Amino acid sequence: MSNSIHVYDARADHATVNAESPLAYSFQSSGMPAPGEEGRAVVGERAFLGHLILRGGAIVLDEALREVLGIGLPGRPNSLTVDADGQRSVQWLSPDEWLLIVPGDETFGLETRLRAHLGGSHVAIVDVSAGQTLIELTGEAAHEVLMKSTVYDVDPHEFTVGKGVTTIFAKTSVILRRPDESRWELIVRRSFADYVYRWLLDAGEEYGIGVARESRHEPQ
Amino acid sequence: MFHIYCPYCEELREEEEFHPKGQAHIARPEEPDACSDEEWGDYLFFRDNPRGIHHEMWLHAVGCRKFFNITRNTVSYEILETYKMGEQPTVGAEHLAREEKTSSVQAAEGGQQTVGASDAALASVKGAQA
Repeated sequence: MSNSIHVYDARADHATVNAESPLAYSFQSSGMPAPGEEGRAVVGERAFLGHLILRGGAIVLDEALREVLGIGLPGRPNSLTVDADGQRSVQWLSPDEWLLIVPGDETFGLETRLRAHLGGSHVAIVDVSAGQTLIELTGEAAHEVLMKSTVYDVDPHEFTVGKGVTTIFAKTSVILRRPDESRWELIVRRSFADYVYRWLLDAGEEYGIGVARESRHEPQ
Repeated sequence: MFHIYCPYCEELREEEEFHPKGQAHIARPEEPDACSDEEWGDYLFFRDNPRGIHHEMWLHAVGCRKFFNITRNTVSYEILETYKMGEQPTVGAEHLAREEKTSSVQAAEGGQQTVGASDAALASVKGAQA
């Protein structure tokens, strides 16, 4: 049935409309406090990444992903696999659903190659890049900001590196994950990005939270 | 707040992440056309409201977004087990009867789903379940 699937490049070079990060307006309206000297938490957006939702059987998807991307599918619940240079990751979302995040310009090529590899297998690949964004939280007090915001246990000894969960954050939901010792990542819906950003600024105020400007990519 | 064990996420999660979705193990009639109005109405609209052990479907709405089953005591709110869709419960109504027997508590006021603690009562509950 693969011939009836329309795959198109959402980031085609000939596109004349500039992309705008989900937080572009929030940065203007809510401000971007610079990380202070005493600042113990830093928030930043990594916009315009490619987010793909993979659904289907673990075995076929794992095989295709190893072939195409060189990383395997995390089989254990609530786990996250990151490739060697930390640019590409796959996260377990549910028994038949995974979130694949790659640099934005690789999205279309990757989806095409995955589809070619999977052939007629009973799987679904959906590009959700435009629907969500990735917010990064760093600093020694990052987990304390999270403790104020989510019902999930984010004690660094409990929430170890390589773990990722979907849970409640303030009054919305986020995908919360820990790719390495120093970083926490929040994947939020585009329409809730402003809310989460403002919540983080508010919750992080006592830790002198600031916004990392270098991680803010200008629209291309 | 409860901590509920999600059999798919394989860990205890906050109650806030879940939604109850009503009685579990309701089988759709094999041949809807052959059903009487009463049978079809029972299947479609009528649900048990037991005092005691109840098998329910719950949804891990913020999380893996999968349905699963919970066996729950509607009197004490105790969650006795959670299990995946398609599986059968290991804890049934006889659990209460057994508990009552061991704690030598006689039939609860107002009649729990499993009244009495005699062997005969236990057997009859088991019989009704089979």
